[in-house]
Amino acid sequence: MNQTKTQPTNFTANKTATYLVMALLIVTSVLPFLWMLSTSFKSQEYILASTPQFIPENITFESYTQLADRIDLPRTMFNSMFVAVMGLTGQLIVASMAAYAFARLEWRGRDTVFFLYLATLMIPSVVLIIPQFILVRSLGWVNTFMALIIPGLFSPFSTFLLRQSFRGIPKDFDEAAVIDGANHFTIFWRIILPMVKPTLATLALLGFMDRWNDYLWPLFVARRPEVITLPVALAGLQGGPRSLTEWNMVMAGAVVTVLPMLVVYIFTQRWFTQGVMSSGLKG
Amino acid sequence: MAGNKGWYKWKWVLFFLAPSLAGLLVFIVMPILSSLAYAFTDWNLLSPPEFIGFANFQELLGSSRFWLALRNTVFMIAIYLPLAFTLGLGLALFLNRRFRGMLIVRTATYIPVIASWVVVSLVWKWIFNPSYGLVNYGLRLVGIEGPAWLFEPTSAMFAIVITSVWKDMGFIALLFLGGLQNISESYYEAARLDGANPWRLIRHITLPLLSPTMFFVVITLLINYFQMFAQVWLMPMANSAADRQVETIVTEVVTNAFSYNRMGYASAMSWILFAIIFVITFIQLRLQNRWVYYESD
Repeated sequence: MNQTKTQPTNFTANKTATYLVMALLIVTSVLPFLWMLSTSFKSQEYILASTPQFIPENITFESYTQLADRIDLPRTMFNSMFVAVMGLTGQLIVASMAAYAFARLEWRGRDTVFFLYLATLMIPSVVLIIPQFILVRSLGWVNTFMALIIPGLFSPFSTFLLRQSFRGIPKDFDEAAVIDGANHFTIFWRIILPMVKPTLATLALLGFMDRWNDYLWPLFVARRPEVITLPVALAGLQGGPRSLTEWNMVMAGAVVTVLPMLVVYIFTQRWFTQGVMSSGLKG
Repeated sequence: MAGNKGWYKWKWVLFFLAPSLAGLLVFIVMPILSSLAYAFTDWNLLSPPEFIGFANFQELLGSSRFWLALRNTVFMIAIYLPLAFTLGLGLALFLNRRFRGMLIVRTATYIPVIASWVVVSLVWKWIFNPSYGLVNYGLRLVGIEGPAWLFEPTSAMFAIVITSVWKDMGFIALLFLGGLQNISESYYEAARLDGANPWRLIRHITLPLLSPTMFFVVITLLINYFQMFAQVWLMPMANSAADRQVETIVTEVVTNAFSYNRMGYASAMSWILFAIIFVITFIQLRLQNRWVYYESD
């Protein structure tokens, strides 16, 4: 706040307080993850210490070896990555094409059809999960990648968002292209899409995060090792054969699950925050 | 537009719209409609569904499990909403200050948002462990014997709410930040010339102009939190007093559908949840002109 500058003592106090709050916020946000990391490097006996050790006395990788025995890590990681990348790619193609029809083409019934898209946005996902499961089951897709990828491609939200971006582009661009003999596909692919790269980037990231983190849907359609994704495999580590949870191994699983997402976030955070701020959409 | 006549035009509409519209109809619209139909049937997936009228809804209203789930959901929202809203708003006001290193704070507070709910639930389940967890260790340092947290229903719900607030705060703050950055600096300048102090700036400029964002945040939080799942599914300890006692409507729907194969009953319950969310959103929309201030341009 500007006018504190006129009062030097107040200003220093204010500055110190601000730094303290900043430190507190960083610690609160990061500490649970550091504790997760620290636990994953401990052996069972050190976990059950009444005084928690932040930096383990004996760093050991045994929980990671244990984890690799319980779940097929490379396979599970591949599954998660495959589902996330295929899903977001498909979703972007489907949604941007539909958005083009809604934003750049004029046809009868357009607003009515678009209203249908908006109306489905109101339905909570819990209403969808049972009939979607029954549909996927009757298609014979349970425990296949189809179940994990296909139903998620048609989220009207990305269509809605891309339509907004497309509408912001002046029509002069299309008209100039038509005079040059371009058809609609060329206009869509060469002119419109390159102009909404920021929106596409944001949607791609949020799409990746949604799928990488998804739990409720994969929990019921993909439990077999060939298709299981990280969150489902991770949640399955609790309890285990000796009913007592091996927390070091569970934390090792958590590290493996969260790390790729964290790396993606750190390198692309600008797109994340801008997208959420402009649209209010979450994962 | 040129070249948009007759069949030529419709060919292009079809080309661009067909994949999306077909998918929407098959994977979203049709399931919604069939779910509405399932709600009036008795169906265990093995024998064909049998139409039973409103019997599912009657059973629901008389089921103690359903009321327990509804009570738990409302209880947790009643604590979560004011807490998450206030802390999120406070965080946003703080992050909005121009200060060196603020970007690092913003990055850090958003990490819980991008982490999977499964990871967050399990990490906090470990942190809330009564004997070896960080929370009770911290309490012991100041001489308090902490509760059994996830072993006991009420304290388990508090643990779930604390975890949820921690995870969602960065997201809520970001929504508020978007609203804050739309407030023109000129209002503040004018008020400062009139000698307003920082608190009055917040009270009389920021908060009224932020009210549309607040409204949006309340609705978003309510809709999201009514549907919370992973934390409730994973956090309460198995075989403890909290086991099967901390339920929300979504976990009840999932249990009935996927553990008991009661597809009709579970569908009916999911529509009740939808009705509740719908009514609450509708009431909010009606009440908004009492407190939401829209700037006229």
